[in-house]
Amino acid sequence: MAVRVKINGETRDIDAPEDMPLLWALRQELGMVGTKFGCGIGMCGACTVHVDGQATRSCAMPIGSIGDREVSTIESLGQSPVGQALQQAWLDEDVMQCGYCQAGQLMNATALLNSNPNPTDEEIDNAMRGNICRCACYKRIHTAIAAVARKEDTANV
Amino acid sequence: MSDTATMDSGPALGRRAFLKVSAAAGGGLAIAATIPMAAKAMAQGGPAELNAFITINPDNTITIIGKNPEIGQGIKTMLPMLIAEELDADWDMVAIEQGDTNMAKYGPQLAGGSFATPMNWMPMRQTGAAARHMLLQAAALRWGVDIASLSTEPSVVVHAASGRRATFGELAGEAATLPVPDPSSVALKDEDDFRIIGTPIGGIDSPKIVRGEPIFGVDTQLEGMVYAAYERSPVFGAKLLSANTEAAKAQPGVIDAFTVEGNGNAQELVDGVAVIASNWWLANKARSVLDVQWDNGEWASHSSAKYEEDARRFMAEGKPQEELSAKGDVDSAFASAAQVVEGEYSYPFLAHVAMEPMNCTALVKEDGSIEMWAPSQTPQGGQTAVAQYLGVEPDKVTVHITRMGGGFGRRLTNDYMVQVAAIAKQMPGTPVQLIWSREDDVRSDFYRPSGWHKLSAALDENGKITGLKDHFVTWDIDGGAFNPALMPVTEFPFNYVDNVDYSLTKMPTAVPMGALRAPTSNAIAFVFQSFLDEVAHAQGKDLPTLMLEIVEGAEAEPDTMGFVGPQPGFKPQRLRDVTRKVMEMANWGQPVAEGRALGFGYYWSHQGYFAEVVEASLSERNQVQVHNVWVAGDVGRHIINPYGALNQVEGSVIDGLGQAMQLAVEIEGGAVKQSNFHNYQLPRMPMTPQIHVDWVKSDHSPTGLGEPALPPVIPALTNALHALTGKRVRSLPIDTSLFA
Repeated sequence: MAVRVKINGETRDIDAPEDMPLLWALRQELGMVGTKFGCGIGMCGACTVHVDGQATRSCAMPIGSIGDREVSTIESLGQSPVGQALQQAWLDEDVMQCGYCQAGQLMNATALLNSNPNPTDEEIDNAMRGNICRCACYKRIHTAIAAVARKEDTANV
Repeated sequence: MSDTATMDSGPALGRRAFLKVSAAAGGGLAIAATIPMAAKAMAQGGPAELNAFITINPDNTITIIGKNPEIGQGIKTMLPMLIAEELDADWDMVAIEQGDTNMAKYGPQLAGGSFATPMNWMPMRQTGAAARHMLLQAAALRWGVDIASLSTEPSVVVHAASGRRATFGELAGEAATLPVPDPSSVALKDEDDFRIIGTPIGGIDSPKIVRGEPIFGVDTQLEGMVYAAYERSPVFGAKLLSANTEAAKAQPGVIDAFTVEGNGNAQELVDGVAVIASNWWLANKARSVLDVQWDNGEWASHSSAKYEEDARRFMAEGKPQEELSAKGDVDSAFASAAQVVEGEYSYPFLAHVAMEPMNCTALVKEDGSIEMWAPSQTPQGGQTAVAQYLGVEPDKVTVHITRMGGGFGRRLTNDYMVQVAAIAKQMPGTPVQLIWSREDDVRSDFYRPSGWHKLSAALDENGKITGLKDHFVTWDIDGGAFNPALMPVTEFPFNYVDNVDYSLTKMPTAVPMGALRAPTSNAIAFVFQSFLDEVAHAQGKDLPTLMLEIVEGAEAEPDTMGFVGPQPGFKPQRLRDVTRKVMEMANWGQPVAEGRALGFGYYWSHQGYFAEVVEASLSERNQVQVHNVWVAGDVGRHIINPYGALNQVEGSVIDGLGQAMQLAVEIEGGAVKQSNFHNYQLPRMPMTPQIHVDWVKSDHSPTGLGEPALPPVIPALTNALHALTGKRVRSLPIDTSLFA
């Protein structure tokens, strides 16, 4: 029996066991490969998606447990103003080296700014510590997040 | 200034071959390359291919091939910048495409050793210049003017005398019918006129990455594709006895399960069991019912504890098995020494843990040929290995180069390519994507070799080093062309001390080893720069002062033959300049904030000269904290892409700090104890220090940046901790109980 999940505003029926992690359903049942596999145990953050707006490790979330909650992924990030601003900041700061972890970094950063539009440096560090960047582009990720936070802050004045 | 093809400027591109080099003993990395420049005129009004790298379209857009594999080092952006510069292209109109694996068409395609810049600095520029020359010729013919009266502006040929102009797109069709000039005869730009080289340019694939578009190897999707997981023994060197493949086949989603026999070469294929399913998660899950029986042989008794005990015993006995390099009369130097300094140092195995786990996609066709989508740093080597394994000619192996989620040297070894070929061979007509779990990755790596060194220095009454000994306990492994468990025979300061004896003892092991970013250097820099710091303290001075004294008045060393071509000799002036620069940047010798201390480290590797200073402190719980890192680097007179360059240095610094502070792979029962990021803990954002980078732009052709900034940061940190606490870190990773 298919598992019904709402992803990026669309209702999708996934023909897979209920205990299959969302990550593998996205990548190999639905062909949405923007969400990345890094560790499989929720330790690296590469697979981060939003579930009802909360940053969530999709490698550790069985599809059968999602229910009515709405999933959004990197593929729809550009549709939100904060997500779009972060994508642009990532390019402006030339954040990336290999880029493999960046979908997860962006999803986590978006959740941070959605819940805390003006984080301190320490709050950025703490919110992002769950996301590993093996190339260690941390300085640029931090700068990009802070730049968007400042811009949003100015826009609200 | 303009460049000439001296040894130091990298190999120049001849008409047919720009590089023909066979590596020394071992011969695994022999490179003989050609870049045929055959132009091909396409149908009138269509794209015009001026050479293997450059296609110009009638709408004036240009497609440039990036030939080397992209692992995050920025090469897919940087090599086309060299071509576009000499082509005098409008960069905004340039699109870059990744070239497939093709030695005959593109020459060597390699992501390793920070070689891409020195190997390609001249050839890629000549490739662009040759195409520009053809466009000028086409305009000269069209307008009936002397080619010398023509010039270019970005993507436009200009005849200043008459005011006539034609875009590259308008001329390309005619240009493509003209004979191709000898690239080595074509004039290059005056380097003062560069407008792309030296300009910060963002990663060419970055817009796709922030949108989550499929560009990595593991993102490959093919019609009817199935997924494979591979169960192998955690104990290195084990042989497969039996597996319950029937049980696996009964699991949900599983399509097939079968045993695979290794080919006797652990660098290519070890025994294992393949499980194939409609979804990788299902395939991986079904591994748990395989009930595999292994013959572990003698290797299961091996452990890091045993290795440590053996190595310490060898060092205590003081009878090395063989000489690495020696000069003068070391015994006399020590017999007449006014003072002797001794120190033992050691460092652990390390894993690479690239973020994108190992994977490869393959389709075996009915005619026996195979098409592959390979995240490999050495796709040409992978092509050869797969061809040999399948018993087909290399031209039957098509290898598409995918972007990689990191390499760090792990993807120099193509075991996953041979593995997926072995699996796909059993399922002709069905595309197979092999994916490794993170646990597979951590426990089936080719590890940075661990090692032990007993160093001794003899000093005379003036403090001068008169004798130097290193007993290096390392591994008896077949390193092939490059043995990561050795060190350079003239490891600094070999050439600056009269009496030296570097000797080896090699221990047996089945642990597979390979190159990790800045191989050998990432360990040896810690050992020698720590020891020289000890020597400096024994003389009552600091390390940068000692380094400057050692090379005082020294001349440049002669060039040698390296792995893939001429290797410039050591230039003491470049050491002096980066050392003085970083001392100035860090206010070396001036008071620092309460509770903090500075440490210095220097290293020359991969043709780059780096001196670094770390400012560190200890927390109340004796945790190491790094506040600032100053980096002075000399990689020649141009920083080709300042964005990419800075990113590589910042990443290298944090990578090195992570290795120093918290990374180790341990062997227990012949297998790796660590398994994932909970017990192999990479650096995370909160530990990021302030990193200050500046360049010494010496008058040498530019060289690579993937590696040389990493090694010196490790001794810079441990030397800072010594300055802070008086305690010498002799073993990595740093054991903070030392400071209790």
